[in-house]
Amino acid sequence: MAQMNMKEAIRDAMRVELKNDPNVIVFGEDVGKVGGVFRATEGLQGEFGEERVFDTPLAESAIAGMAVGMGIQGFRPVAEIQFVGFIYEALDQMFVQAARMRYRSGGRYNSPIVFRTPFGGGVKAAELHTDSLEGLAIQTPGIKVIVPSNPYDAKGLLVAAIRDNDPVFFMEHLNLYHAFRAEVPEEAYTVEIGKANIVREGADVTIIAYGLMVHTAVKAAEELEKSGVKAEVIDLRTLLPLDIETIVASIQKTNRAIVVQEAQKTSGAAAEIIAQINENAILHLEAPVLRVAGPDTVYPFAQVEDSWLPNVDRIVKAANQVLNF
Amino acid sequence: MSKLPYEVHSEPVTPLSVLSPEGEVINEAYMPNLTDEQLKEIMYRMVFTRTWDERAVNLGRQGRLGFYAPVSGQEASMVGSEYALNKDDFVCPGYRDMPQIVWHGLPLYQAFLYSRGHQHGGQVPEGVHVLMPQIIIGAQILHATGVAMAFKKKGEKRVAITYTGDGGSSEGDFYEGLNFAGAFKLPVIYVVQNNGYAITTPFAKQTAAQSIAHKALAAGVRGVQVDGMDVLAVIKAVSEAAERGRNGEGATLIEMITYRFRPHSMADDTSKYRTKDEEGEWGLKDPLTRFGKFLEKKGLWTEEDTARVKEEAKATVNENIKKAEATEKMTVGGLIDSMFETTPAHLEAQKADFQ
Ligand SMILES: Cc1ncc(C[n+]2csc(CCOP(=O)(O)OP(=O)(O)O)c2C)c(N)n1
Repeated sequence: MAQMNMKEAIRDAMRVELKNDPNVIVFGEDVGKVGGVFRATEGLQGEFGEERVFDTPLAESAIAGMAVGMGIQGFRPVAEIQFVGFIYEALDQMFVQAARMRYRSGGRYNSPIVFRTPFGGGVKAAELHTDSLEGLAIQTPGIKVIVPSNPYDAKGLLVAAIRDNDPVFFMEHLNLYHAFRAEVPEEAYTVEIGKANIVREGADVTIIAYGLMVHTAVKAAEELEKSGVKAEVIDLRTLLPLDIETIVASIQKTNRAIVVQEAQKTSGAAAEIIAQINENAILHLEAPVLRVAGPDTVYPFAQVEDSWLPNVDRIVKAANQVLNF
Repeated sequence: MSKLPYEVHSEPVTPLSVLSPEGEVINEAYMPNLTDEQLKEIMYRMVFTRTWDERAVNLGRQGRLGFYAPVSGQEASMVGSEYALNKDDFVCPGYRDMPQIVWHGLPLYQAFLYSRGHQHGGQVPEGVHVLMPQIIIGAQILHATGVAMAFKKKGEKRVAITYTGDGGSSEGDFYEGLNFAGAFKLPVIYVVQNNGYAITTPFAKQTAAQSIAHKALAAGVRGVQVDGMDVLAVIKAVSEAAERGRNGEGATLIEMITYRFRPHSMADDTSKYRTKDEEGEWGLKDPLTRFGKFLEKKGLWTEEDTARVKEEAKATVNENIKKAEATEKMTVGGLIDSMFETTPAHLEAQKADFQ
């Protein structure tokens, strides 16, 4: 096994699948020779040639729309949208055209596409580079939404996404690309889409998170442990489909939960998760489920980013609130 | 004022016509190479399409069809452009372009099912190379671009063709598609049917460009303008564009100058935005009359032929609308199952509410 950071694991997922299936094709802005602005595709053009890995003109709608056209002709496009805030330019093609191809054609055509995009705060990037737009995506019928939190999952989930015959929105947290290394098998393997992971067991309160917030939640759990509280931390890995079974099983044990997301509080993933907890586990709750999230402002300029984002203190505070309800 | 030496400019363009409005050949050099049988087949399809359009408008009024965009006036552009393709070329239509996909192989009853809001309408049979009509204006332009990219990568000698209106040529996707096709030299044909109006907005308010065909220049693809009421000119231009695509010479933008005789959809009132004079003038250019005169002079067509085809078309339309009406209704359960290849647990659970 090799030690890889998340970016290398993501690159490796593309590499093994480019090797594995001649229909896999990688394109986007600057993904070719230099390997993308984060080098997530570095070396792939050298290894697989310009036919398989190539730069496009600067046009997000066309990148996504071309993926739709190639998808119905048997290719498996992995299209990179350079930064998350630019998906608005491609929303029709991603969330309308790709996501409803199977439905519109009564199953005749499908969109075996992965739309990869970096997102996520705490890196002091330019405006519209870091917003958490997964809430838009999970409200869209017909597209799967994946947010990995570590190198092993990232590779396994991306391989699964590339092999999936439906469109996948694959969100890569900027702050995790180089955060740490972990053991990652060199061969191709998959992590099942739609299965959450319990990263820390506990019996007192469930902390539900995804992406970078998994790590913040684990730190908060360590903090809580100091006062004798054992928190269970769930890494969702996939937001759609959502693994509500794992969440419910955990709540049956802890009877309390909080949901952590970087995105603004209103609507979005946390709201949806809480709604599903109400539908499936209301009688197991001893307290309302709280959200730890960004406030409902536009994503902040860099100066206040750190205090805007959910942190260990806010998670601990929310956990104590549900514990003392 | 004369042009400045550093000013970018382009020359006016003259649309290609092969026939005069009286059906005389005025441009022998551009006459497509067609047998008498083929010429008759083209007329057959145009008359059939006109009749189908008339019936569809009536069926719509009776509530037997749902959304339907009339096509009368545009038969030369629609039927002709499809006729110039091979069966394995791929058609990405806009919402008005039902005739092209039906003549390309989509069963007529499925066209009616599509209009009636039934999913099976878009379930294109294997071996038929079309997408269902696109509602988002311009989106299909990018799908055709992707299909063409796939053909190029697979080394297949096929072209993709896509259609939009003059209004559609103002969309961002139009420019993005054209630019991609230029940059990647793709085998794709972008047809803009300039029928003078986008719903009610006249062409003069749509763009200040010299013509839509000129927009090709900026993308580095070939642009041509065609008399879209002249089916022979349409066939010539599309055949040429398809050949270029197949030979690796890249994309073509074709502006068809045409007119829709009927309202935009079933709902608008044309008297609010255009004059009787204008309608009368365009009526004189009716593609069926013009081509019909040409064929009559060659002894290939008579008024009786038109009457016979109309009867045939009516019968076929009736059969197909009945088949559409007799098709089992789609269900919410079926709808839910069409979202993903394997229906995820949360959707399985939601299905239970509809059983
Ligand atoms: C993206 C988008 N914007 C607006 C509409 C609403 N709309 C439907 S048809 C139409 C006019 C289109 O005109 P044109 O492209 O000239 O085509 P025509 O109907 O004349 O064939 C408009 C504005 C739409 N369907 N899609």
